[in-house]
Amino acid sequence: MQRIGVFVCWCGSNIAATVDVQAVSDALGKEPGVVFSTNYQYMCSQAGQDIIKEAVKEHNLTGIVVCSCSPRMHEATFRKTAASAGINPYMVEIANIREQCSWVHKDKATGTEKAIILGKAAIAKVQLNAPLTPGESPVTKRALVIGGGIAGIQTALDIADAGFEVDIVEKKPTIGGKMAQIDKTFPTLDCAACILTPKMVDVAQNDKIRIFSYSEVEAVSGFVGSFEAKIRRKARYVKEDICTGCGACTEKCPMKKVPNEFNLGMDNRTAIYIPFAQAVPKVATIDPNYCLMLKNGKCGLCSRVCTAGAIDYKQQDEIIEEKYGAIVAATGYNPISLDKFDEFAYNQSPDVITSLEFERLTNAAGPTAGIMLRPSDHEHPHTIVFVQCVGSRCDKCAEKGKEYCSKICCMYTAKHAMLTRDKYPDTEVYVFYIDVRTPGKSFDEFYRRAVEEYGVHYIKGMVGKIVPEGKKLKVQASDLFANKQLHIDADLVVLAAAIEPDKSARSIATMLTASMDTNDFFTEAHPKLRPVESPTAGVFLSGCCQGPKDIPETVAQASAAASKVIGLLSKDKLTGNPCVAHSDEMMCNGCSSCANVCAYGAITYVDKEFRMPDRTTAVRRVAQVNEAVCQGCGACTVACPSGAMDLKGFANKQIMAEVDAICR
Amino acid sequence: MPVNEYKPKIVAFCCNWCSYAGADLAGNNRLNYPAEVKIIRVPCSCRVNPMFILRAFQRGADGVILCGCHPGDCHYISGNYYTRRRMALLFSMLNYLGIEKERTRVEWVSAAEGAKFAETMNSFVAQVAALGENKRLEDLRCKQ
Amino acid sequence: MDKNARLKEQIERTSGVNVLKCMRCGKCSGTCPSYDEMEYHPHQFVYMVETGDIEPLLNSQSLYKCLTCFACVDRCPRGVEPAKVIEAVRLMAIRQQGNNHMTPNDVPEALDDDLPQQAIVSAFRRFSK
Repeated sequence: MQRIGVFVCWCGSNIAATVDVQAVSDALGKEPGVVFSTNYQYMCSQAGQDIIKEAVKEHNLTGIVVCSCSPRMHEATFRKTAASAGINPYMVEIANIREQCSWVHKDKATGTEKAIILGKAAIAKVQLNAPLTPGESPVTKRALVIGGGIAGIQTALDIADAGFEVDIVEKKPTIGGKMAQIDKTFPTLDCAACILTPKMVDVAQNDKIRIFSYSEVEAVSGFVGSFEAKIRRKARYVKEDICTGCGACTEKCPMKKVPNEFNLGMDNRTAIYIPFAQAVPKVATIDPNYCLMLKNGKCGLCSRVCTAGAIDYKQQDEIIEEKYGAIVAATGYNPISLDKFDEFAYNQSPDVITSLEFERLTNAAGPTAGIMLRPSDHEHPHTIVFVQCVGSRCDKCAEKGKEYCSKICCMYTAKHAMLTRDKYPDTEVYVFYIDVRTPGKSFDEFYRRAVEEYGVHYIKGMVGKIVPEGKKLKVQASDLFANKQLHIDADLVVLAAAIEPDKSARSIATMLTASMDTNDFFTEAHPKLRPVESPTAGVFLSGCCQGPKDIPETVAQASAAASKVIGLLSKDKLTGNPCVAHSDEMMCNGCSSCANVCAYGAITYVDKEFRMPDRTTAVRRVAQVNEAVCQGCGACTVACPSGAMDLKGFANKQIMAEVDAICR
Repeated sequence: MPVNEYKPKIVAFCCNWCSYAGADLAGNNRLNYPAEVKIIRVPCSCRVNPMFILRAFQRGADGVILCGCHPGDCHYISGNYYTRRRMALLFSMLNYLGIEKERTRVEWVSAAEGAKFAETMNSFVAQVAALGENKRLEDLRCKQ
Repeated sequence: MDKNARLKEQIERTSGVNVLKCMRCGKCSGTCPSYDEMEYHPHQFVYMVETGDIEPLLNSQSLYKCLTCFACVDRCPRGVEPAKVIEAVRLMAIRQQGNNHMTPNDVPEALDDDLPQQAIVSAFRRFSK
């Protein structure tokens, strides 16, 4: 028989307002096995924990029941308290009388009644608890970063700085991500390439970092400390270690009409290409969809001009298998497709562009060499209309757009407007806004400068429709302050499209068993206190895959994720979860039902000698659980026909005792 | 309110990673659902042995609901698929035992779906209440 | 309940619109083809119903300038459906005794060789009890 202590928490008024805590502790004090029962204002506080410790000493307790908030909140706290009082931490059970009782029920009588039943269930369970000791598992001292944008780059650099090996997997031929496509950065207006490319070079030169560009993660197995990943290195038909990146092949390639995705299709590249001058790794890649040699075996010019002999038309995809201790998702974002927004005529006129296209249009390495020209006729635009919140902040019932604010659009639109007025003072710039959201250091000052110093026309209102007419774009919009409808003949319209997580994020989340929200952003382990960790142990989040954010925030989060990874990798061993499956060898008949349902391969079979009742020995095949691999889901316990398999901490008897207590 | 108003006894098994967190979120958002629902935390919905459900009915529960992560989102990769199969099999045999199928349900509730958790519990309690007390399998010897 | 609150509730019920969903972007008025004809514009209808300032709307000719083209409904990012609000206010106005916007006597005058008769029939249906 256990000697159980019951501790009922008021949680200030959070519990006490709808649950009569005194009645609960009195009622539970009468339960068999309970030798001590009390209540206190804040059980999780130092004073509350001291009450538990003293009661353990005074009443010689062997089990503890805390009626308080969710075990997801303070189970760890009370386990630590128990351990410091000399009881096994797994002799603690929590009755959740806050989230699942006082907060959801308004009537004090029903709340109290339910709290007592929940307390009884916890007491019934703790009666059958047994002390548990967690096992240990090793840590592979290498990290995997999925995505090579600024988030992935910063995370990798920081992890490598601490002396651990890092692999970056990037699906594009070069690292750099969206930041490489951006022209200038707000609010300082320094050139994005000038601050990004040195970091890219640092990555390339760091001997702790390996870059798998033009590669994708295909499968991930294992668990925190020992993940195993399969990485597909797609054939780029160029030997990466031999290619010098001289670019001779790209000059000679006859296939010159391939839409250049780096410039968002606004100009063309060749079939063999280097995405941009500062690409890392700076090696050529052959696009198999356009290469004449790969498509119909005729050409081979690039192989003839390549003095290094790097071209290999027969190259095959290569699969690399590697072990990792931690994985960082840095899969980034993309602007949403504007196909459903017919009113903005994005698909009807080349002069209606997205903000990311505008970045390329103003970039010196872009399709117009940095001179702002309309995509349709390469003339200088004199009236530019910027439309904000295109697809952001939409109702969830609307078929198009996203519910959230994309966060970065207000600032980059202010930047675009300001730069345009700075370079081309003869251009009239209109910005249609719903709200201007500029929280951030020097952000509002930046926006005010656009209005006050550069004379950008900020108009509170929204564009209703855009109709291409001749060389002009007829923009019809409302000016809410003037209470007027405006008609503007624009030469160029720039749409601040909402951003969404990269399409690959969903499949990567599934591989990592990391959870996502309804918008396909990765969810964090705690929205405030653990913002860079996924709820899945060993998986960390960096950059826009967790939510929209600008570059400084991305870099901050990337470094935070790196520090979490370093914290994990610097451990030699991880203590595991002791709530694992356990097979009773005397009952096991070796049928393999459990091994068949185990998703982790934690169950193996051994032949073991047993003494039979008639004093002979017999060899039987019995199941054995590898405690380091078992995750404790309990699938095997239900599959076992003989009832030999049970889950520690959630044993059949314990759950049945809870059922009984609830139904009593 | 009448004194002897019938209140069904509902046992809810919730997986630790999604549905239990969803129930916590319902609490955080102060979304009401009937107090008749009592939640038992299990690591994964696949930990729930059909025996537990029958035991609950035997001990006088009027309804049993099982909540897990959405298919494909299981924290343990494939646990909820086992749940789905096992429960389909169990539920198909309930009528044979004399228990209405409607006293049971499997529902997928993610950690972000507090509202769905409360809605599910409201509708399930109403559904069970409409059926009245479970007397067929209740073992009176277990009653004190 | 005061009169404005009652009118507001009635409009919300007949239109089925939740005016609180509006984020005041003005896209409805940006897209409206009869904007210049109207004294109160679509976004004002939504806002004035929200604040309960409904009397001026009931007495405004704007009610009959709305073409019910539903461009605002289609383009509203928040799914507020301003045209349905206007329709509800219009219904409220013509349901009041003697407030028909069009009587049978007005029909011959409105007849016009260029105007399809159907348009007059539908206008008559919409603008009278």
